[in-house]
Amino acid sequence: MSDSTGRYLISGAGLGAGSGTDLLIEDGRIAAVGAEAAGSNAEVIDASGLIALPGLVDMHTHLREPGREDAETVETGSAAAAQGGFTAVHAMANSSPVADTAGVVEQVHHLGLRAGWVDVRPVGAVTIGLEGQRLAELGAMAGSRAGVRVFSDDGICVADPLLMRRALEYVKAFDGVIAQHAQEPRLTEGAQMNEGAVSAVLGLAGWPAVAEESIIARDVLLAQHVGSRVHVCHVSTAGSVELIRWAKQRGIKVTAEVTPHHLLLTEDLVHSYDPVYKVNPPLRTDADVQALRAGLADGTIDVVGTDHAPHPSEAKDCEWAQAAMGMTGLETAVSVVQQTMVDTGMLDWDAVGRIMSTGPAAIGQVPGQGRPLAVGEPANITLVDPSARRQVEPSAMATKGRNSPFAGRELPGAVIATFFGGHPTVLDGRLNTPVQEAAAWSK
Amino acid sequence: MRHLLSTSSLSHADSVGVLDVAEEMAAVGQREVKKLPALRGRTVVNLFFEDSTRTRTSFEAAGKRLSADVINFAVKGSSVSKGESLKDTAQTLEAMSADAVVIRHPSSGAPHRLASSGWIDAAVLNAGDGTHEHPTQALLDAFTLRRHAAQLAGRSSSGTDLTGMRVAIVGDVLHSRVARSNLWLLKTLGAEVTLVAPPTLLPVGAHAWPCTISYDLDETLRGGVDAVMMLRLQAERMNQAFFPSTREYSRSWGFDEARLAALQSAAGDTVILHPGPMNRGLEISAAAADSDRSLILDQVRNGVSVRMAALYLLLSGEHHRGTADVQTTQKGTST
Ligand SMILES: [Zn+2]
Repeated sequence: MSDSTGRYLISGAGLGAGSGTDLLIEDGRIAAVGAEAAGSNAEVIDASGLIALPGLVDMHTHLREPGREDAETVETGSAAAAQGGFTAVHAMANSSPVADTAGVVEQVHHLGLRAGWVDVRPVGAVTIGLEGQRLAELGAMAGSRAGVRVFSDDGICVADPLLMRRALEYVKAFDGVIAQHAQEPRLTEGAQMNEGAVSAVLGLAGWPAVAEESIIARDVLLAQHVGSRVHVCHVSTAGSVELIRWAKQRGIKVTAEVTPHHLLLTEDLVHSYDPVYKVNPPLRTDADVQALRAGLADGTIDVVGTDHAPHPSEAKDCEWAQAAMGMTGLETAVSVVQQTMVDTGMLDWDAVGRIMSTGPAAIGQVPGQGRPLAVGEPANITLVDPSARRQVEPSAMATKGRNSPFAGRELPGAVIATFFGGHPTVLDGRLNTPVQEAAAWSK
Repeated sequence: MRHLLSTSSLSHADSVGVLDVAEEMAAVGQREVKKLPALRGRTVVNLFFEDSTRTRTSFEAAGKRLSADVINFAVKGSSVSKGESLKDTAQTLEAMSADAVVIRHPSSGAPHRLASSGWIDAAVLNAGDGTHEHPTQALLDAFTLRRHAAQLAGRSSSGTDLTGMRVAIVGDVLHSRVARSNLWLLKTLGAEVTLVAPPTLLPVGAHAWPCTISYDLDETLRGGVDAVMMLRLQAERMNQAFFPSTREYSRSWGFDEARLAALQSAAGDTVILHPGPMNRGLEISAAAADSDRSLILDQVRNGVSVRMAALYLLLSGEHHRGTADVQTTQKGTST
């Protein structure tokens, strides 16, 4: 995945705690680091004051294609990802048709190659049609050209304990992982927001924390019983953090993700009844937000996943109960992580690389992603300016979705450049061009 | 007041002010000519996404007595399921230059959306939204209680609040917009509130509310209350495991004849309210509803006066100025 003519010298970028290093990019790889990189004949990117991170990998993205191209396409969604500093995304399976066959995951993978903005890694459905009745052809998807390793019915919980047990066991054959959307369905029928003090006043049906926590408790015990690994999507409650911490202490193979919006926003925003704040799982309390940050800081929560969920405006331009759930997140993720974790002193930028690149790449087994910024490694690199401040303006985003809960907020940090396989998909903070070779490969 | 969406945002002065204007409006209702010219040339739309002949009729009478042009706009359930209909409808009403929109909607927060989304410029009056609030019901209940208390004390109700009054709200609090609006308003007006319900029909989070919570109706009644507000119970809740049977519910939380008899034999002037429509024999017995302690018909009657006051205050700017205007107008029309 190289830009054959492209030689780039990233000059003076901060690497983690270190300062001012040069990185030479050549033939899609990091050709030299430090003094050896300097002085070579290449297009120079002045990166003084910027942080260089391994290209970000999103654990949880909804690209909507096939089926809901009015909401997002692989092209617009993956461009949004590049703009947000990502070089790979996991595309969730709840498209139409559902990504539950080798054919659909190969189609999504192909669309990703053709778009050329990031590595699009399809997630396969656990059950046929996300219906929770019969296992989808997990092996066929794993063996397809898409090479699926993450399986999820996301949007819907694999609620049947026997089916969940079997899925966890079955994917061991190809070292897959089940990513669970933990939501006990009976406890959340008609649920509109977090159940608690605010839902009581607003008269909105509650989505209780126990509906998430009871599924996580069950699933970590199942994973222990059958010796499988399980990944928990978008952890949203303090109790879930406690359960996962307990499971990890017992040696259970569990990983977990948190979304940027759950790190920053609380249910108090729902007082406005503005559906831009409607999301699943719902925004919780400040105590939950603090517990999620602490869990991310101490490693209980492994990664950040945006749960980027674009919707057409009419899906939000209505009453709360009728509105769709979900928020966009790709183009604000780094900024929210900086504000909640870095600027608070809870994590340094090295750790941001771990939770937003190395960690998600490892869970999803994404080849060539989440690698150290070292000689010979693929040149997937994100440059962030931590001193920038910007007003979030959804209409200026690359995603089709205008449903950003951060609209109008001032957030710190900006993605200045994204290198995907040595090619700058983002330069000077703006989308540049996609990788062209990818299209050739796909033919 | 720009909009009337909830009683939780009404100050003490606002609340007493609305009730005082409602008293003025009630006085108009006693006259031979029941109409005031106050809202002549103004358009009030009753936008009902949910059937409620009672509430709609009450608002319609209120608007007409103030000489407003009243338009009833009913939206059928089938078009509500299409999400954008609230916005579309709002823009239609905006094109009709509605000055006030009285909205009844099955979704909590729909009036809020209408008022804050910029779809429409009109004043928005919440006539009941989902399981959130029903502010004019609470105002008419407060009006009814205030009059009752004034009558007992032999004084005028004007300018008074409900300080020291003990009110029990009984039944399905979880799904009741009436209970929420009443709780906030009764607290603002100085009353002490006890919510009585089976634990399944109280919201998680209600423990933080400014009231006492009880699961035992008899104990609450024995403790002495000045008013009991019975909430409507939908029998279908039984199928969602909120309670085992309507019979068991009635026995524990219904205002049945035994409880009425106990009340009659005790001292005290406890009165009974119900927002209607009643399920006689379920949450309230026919004998209780029709007893001399029942203020249920007063509630219906007072509804028009309170809604006149709300419309009048929303469409004529400031409170005290509004009150003064009513008085002048009355003088003017009675000569
Ligand atoms: Zn999900």
